[in-house]
Amino acid sequence: MADKKIRVLVAKPGLDGHDRGAKVVARALRDAGMEVIYTGLRQTVDQIVEAADSEDVDVVALSLLSGAHNTLFPEVVEGLKAKGMGDVLVIGGGVIPAADIPGLEEAGVKAIFTPGTPTKDIIDFIKANV
Amino acid sequence: MEFSMKDFWNGSRRALARAITIVENEQDGYEEIMKEIYHHTGRAQVIGVTGAPGAGKSTLSDNLVKFYRKMGKTVGVCAIDPTSPFSGGAILGDRIRMNDLTLDQGVYIRSMGTRGSLGGLSRKTADAVKLMDAWGLDVIFIETVGVGQSEVDIVKNADTTLVVLVPGLGDDIQAIKAGILEIGDVFTINKCDRDGADRLNVEIEMMLDLGEAQDWRPPIERTIANEGQGIEDVVNGLNEHRKYLEESGLLEERRRERVRTEMAEMIHDRISRHVMKEITETGKFADYVEQVYERQTDPYTVVDSIVGDIFK
Ligand code: B12
Ligand SMILES: Nc1nc2c(ncn2[C@@H]2O[C@H](COP(=O)(O)OP(=O)(O)OP(=O)(O)O)[C@@H](O)[C@H]2O)c(=O)[nH]1
Ligand SMILES: [Mg+2]
Repeated sequence: MADKKIRVLVAKPGLDGHDRGAKVVARALRDAGMEVIYTGLRQTVDQIVEAADSEDVDVVALSLLSGAHNTLFPEVVEGLKAKGMGDVLVIGGGVIPAADIPGLEEAGVKAIFTPGTPTKDIIDFIKANV
Repeated sequence: MEFSMKDFWNGSRRALARAITIVENEQDGYEEIMKEIYHHTGRAQVIGVTGAPGAGKSTLSDNLVKFYRKMGKTVGVCAIDPTSPFSGGAILGDRIRMNDLTLDQGVYIRSMGTRGSLGGLSRKTADAVKLMDAWGLDVIFIETVGVGQSEVDIVKNADTTLVVLVPGLGDDIQAIKAGILEIGDVFTINKCDRDGADRLNVEIEMMLDLGEAQDWRPPIERTIANEGQGIEDVVNGLNEHRKYLEESGLLEERRRERVRTEMAEMIHDRISRHVMKEITETGKFADYVEQVYERQTDPYTVVDSIVGDIFK
């Protein structure tokens, strides 16, 4: 049997137009041997969930710098559960105040990576958790 | 999630998506899945979309899918992007141009990396298309990676191949060199909002005149994909070609040829895996390499004896 490749959906929910971080992360994950599906800016929660479903990804990686993470990230987690994709690893990153992180983790986001995170940490986390 | 064929036949998208993953990775049970679905394939109209990087293949596919949806067809898209030969990873970005389709339950889009395959598709594209076909999608688009050359694999996998060219890129010459004109059943000159469409049109016509006269003369359409212009003409061209394939008997011929090459490839694959497994596991291969390297023997003698040993 061939090695199963890790597939990751890198998605930007909501109206946030900051895409550098998402692109940096996408490239780093590619360079770590993963298949990264990038769907571009301004995705609705439903679009993210549908894309994750069709592409049968192992990880949904959400990037948000606008401040809307407290609503949008948990909605993605719930949407995935409703599709029978509760076992997908959901992680997030961007400008996210430390105070918000426990709440997000409680909601099912497995890890949050804030500005300045070395991409290696993200790669290691994914490899250890899929 | 546990995969079950029952869910697959009941139309679960989750099951289709998972089936493609299992087959793409050759996970346990993948051959059983392919065996079970094979009898239900051959219904779908399979359309290949090829052309240079950035020519507008995804944008065009997005519009074509919408058009077929209006005609009441369900549609699948298999979008291939290159896998990095260094890391084995890939960024699959074709979906960016198809976001409008994501929520349409009559559309299924799947992105795939080439994973080392060179012909513009992945080795598992054909299987993914079969899964979509058996699952019940009416029309299936395959978007090749835009390497702009040696995209010939698409011909083996699609009933109709749409070649997307762009004016003013020197594309015309490139296309001729790459043999892309030979594979087109329908052409479209995309980005017609730019200069040079007339010239490109003339060049394509001239090249087609040079080729052997065929029953089917590929039509040359014009599109501005990002504005949705010219889409109906392309659809007409594709459907005309479909009709031609059916009436001339060429559809059967192409599909029979596909079965032939597919089986030959599978046999080739199976044998070479078997042989390589045999000689690497016993450590023989490393020994042979050393002996050949030292010029104690030569590769021809060695291969004769390896293959002879296994198939005596
Ligand atoms: C560059 C920048 C811009 C550029 C964006 C260019 C682009 N295409 O991305 C421009 C100039 C366009 C811009 C515009 C605006 N910006 Co601005 N911008 C920044 C700035 C300075 C840097 C962001 C950046 O690119 N960093 C580099 C990347 C590589 O880092 P990163 O995104 O943080 O990603 C890292 C990690 O967070 C993590 N990560 C990120 N995403 C993900 C995802 C996953 C899954 C994982 C695992 C990890 C991960 O990994 C990355 C690598 O370490 C930040 C301030 C800051 N220091 O963060 C403000 C900032 C984000 N912007 C801000 C604002 C307010 C705006 C504007 C609204 C300003 C305005 N009033 O017009 C607009 C809105 C634009 C829009 N449409 O959304 C605010 C946001 C405030 C908030 N969250 O409450 C910030 C924080 C500045 C501030 N302190 O006020 N901005
Ligand atoms: N001006 C113009 N731009 C277009 C047209 N069609 C597509 N584009 C733009 O061309 C760029 C590339 O389009 P894609 O559809 O991604 O092209 P592609 O052939 O799928 O690209 P790859 O998959 O990367 O090879 C995008 O920015 C499109 O918006 C057109 O008719 N005119
Ligand atoms: Mg594309």
